[in-house]
Amino acid sequence: MPKRLSPLTKVATGIEGFDLLSNGGLPSNRSSLLVGGPGAGKTVFALQCLVNAVRGQRGTGMFVAFEERPSEIIANAGSFDWDLPALAKKGIFFLNAHLSPTVVKAGDFDLAGMLAMLASKQEEIGAQWIVFDGIDVLLTLLQDPVAEMREIYRIRDWLEDRALTAIITAKTVEGPYEVVHYGFLQFMADCVVRLGRRQEDRVAVPWIQMTKYRGSGYASAEFPMTIGPSGIEVAVIESEVSGRRASRQRVSIGFDDLDALLGGGVFRGSGTLLTGLPGTAKTTLAGKFAEAACGRGERTLFVSYDESSEQIARNLTSVGIRLNAHLKSGLLRMYSARTEGLSAEELLTRLKSQIVEYQPGCLVIDPLTAIAKGSSTATARSVASRLIYMIKDEGITLLVTALSETDDPLTESTDLQISTIADTWIHLSYLVSSGERNRALTIVKSRGTGHSNQVRELILRKSGPSLSDVYTAGGEVLMGTLRWEREAEESNRKSRQLNEYERKRRELQLVEARTLAQIESLQMELEKQRVELTSYSSDKDATSISAKERENELRRRRGNPADRASGKTKRSSSN
Amino acid sequence: MSPRQTRPRTTGADSTTTVNLRLYIAGSAPNSVQAVTNLKRICHEHLRGVHRLQIVDILEHPQRAMSAGILVTPTLVKLSPSPATQVVGNLSDTEKVLIAIGIRG
Repeated sequence: MPKRLSPLTKVATGIEGFDLLSNGGLPSNRSSLLVGGPGAGKTVFALQCLVNAVRGQRGTGMFVAFEERPSEIIANAGSFDWDLPALAKKGIFFLNAHLSPTVVKAGDFDLAGMLAMLASKQEEIGAQWIVFDGIDVLLTLLQDPVAEMREIYRIRDWLEDRALTAIITAKTVEGPYEVVHYGFLQFMADCVVRLGRRQEDRVAVPWIQMTKYRGSGYASAEFPMTIGPSGIEVAVIESEVSGRRASRQRVSIGFDDLDALLGGGVFRGSGTLLTGLPGTAKTTLAGKFAEAACGRGERTLFVSYDESSEQIARNLTSVGIRLNAHLKSGLLRMYSARTEGLSAEELLTRLKSQIVEYQPGCLVIDPLTAIAKGSSTATARSVASRLIYMIKDEGITLLVTALSETDDPLTESTDLQISTIADTWIHLSYLVSSGERNRALTIVKSRGTGHSNQVRELILRKSGPSLSDVYTAGGEVLMGTLRWEREAEESNRKSRQLNEYERKRRELQLVEARTLAQIESLQMELEKQRVELTSYSSDKDATSISAKERENELRRRRGNPADRASGKTKRSSSN
Repeated sequence: MSPRQTRPRTTGADSTTTVNLRLYIAGSAPNSVQAVTNLKRICHEHLRGVHRLQIVDILEHPQRAMSAGILVTPTLVKLSPSPATQVVGNLSDTEKVLIAIGIRG
């Protein structure tokens, strides 16, 4: 048996997502086994590898069809954009290995002859790839486990000799039979990939899983995949965050009031999430966003689910949003799709092809939550996040609406969990009080932008939407009639307050005047008393002078007045 | 390049038309070797003089086998009389071979 000495090298399949989960593709010059139930996409996967190899001029291949006739395979592949008949001429050789049911089996047989034929064909066309599609059909024909094993060995040895990169597909039935019957096939292959479908709410979601890869790491989860117009796509999120430069340029989100709240609009290439209950004017704001984008001359794609584009355009006219001119000029494309009976993955694929084809600068998806209808929450979440990442990678300015189940914006996080990926999150709600329903707008978050946390009232008029400044009273936001009433009440209260103030002021003025008057009268009193006091003091002076004079008079009369006077003074001071 | 042939022998047999047979084999693979032995025995016992047998080795003539739509080895093809039939295997089941090439049944 030939020894394998060459280190493991891989060859890309070109299948989106698969090369990522397998860390580079299938093992080159070795065999890979593809197992799965009927209709799981085995043939498509194998054929797509050949198609991509020939298209990318990475080699040619041979396709050995055990189950279906090559003509059927080519016809079935007509739904893909491969142009298989042309590619087949360039480098895919189909071998009809469909054993006619009329063939009589009389004894043991083997594949030595077929392999000899294939070897000669390989030399002729220089093939690097080979597909054995539906090897289970052939093995069943052998009707002998020993013969089956012998032929599997034969194929393996032959593949190693021929240095071909092989894909072998086998139809399996879930259960222990599979293990017994194909255990050996799995052992022989270097890489085993399983394909299947799981039922999710009436929609079958195809998945792919890698269960074995000799000498290589791989992602082992069951990944959802889609079979779209370009073939299979595997839903793997790239682990690295895109290196696309974040734009600092702001674009209008639709109307000035909201732009002002967001500090001039949203960043180009950012994602905005608009959540709210039914009827909270999500579509209106989305329409306004689209109108503004077209007004700037940006190609815009408006995707609406479960509502026709005509309906939307008509309804938006009532609030002054005119899209028809942009539709006519081709600047705006409206794409409506029904979600009934389609899985999230299929919807994603269709949307992707729209984006690739139309190359929009701005994109609206209304509502994104519609894609979750036919799928499990986990799938819908995965699809939603992959979609948003993809759109962001393309640098498209995105606005998605999401229907919320409750009016509390925070419960949205349990739904699609897109709020964490969105750059801006605007929540629309109703505030119901006093028999009135008013629309309220809150900016829950806006990355890289200072924004108001207050709730605004959203008013829809014929001229379009506008925002009204918030009216807060006692910690609550008031709107509509209640707001008017409260405003009136408040103004009454204010005027009453003003009156009261006036009255108080006048009262105080009066008191002041009175006090001043009192001060004045007291002052006058004081003056009077001062005058009195002064006059009293001068009387006393007058008296003391006269007393002195009288003394002097006495002295003069008695003679030697100075000695007596001084001695008298000395005595009194020593006492 | 020319396939091995055995001359038709016209001895008294139960059929007057010649049976044209072609056996595709893969060199000296055990099944192929057995098929040649088995077929020669069957022809000798049941088709003496009324058959023509060609043996094609796919290892030598892969293109020829491919254009004939041969898949596994050994494969015996009854070219005529119509209807054309195919028998796969080492032809160890004589009864099945005889039925398939229209001698029995």
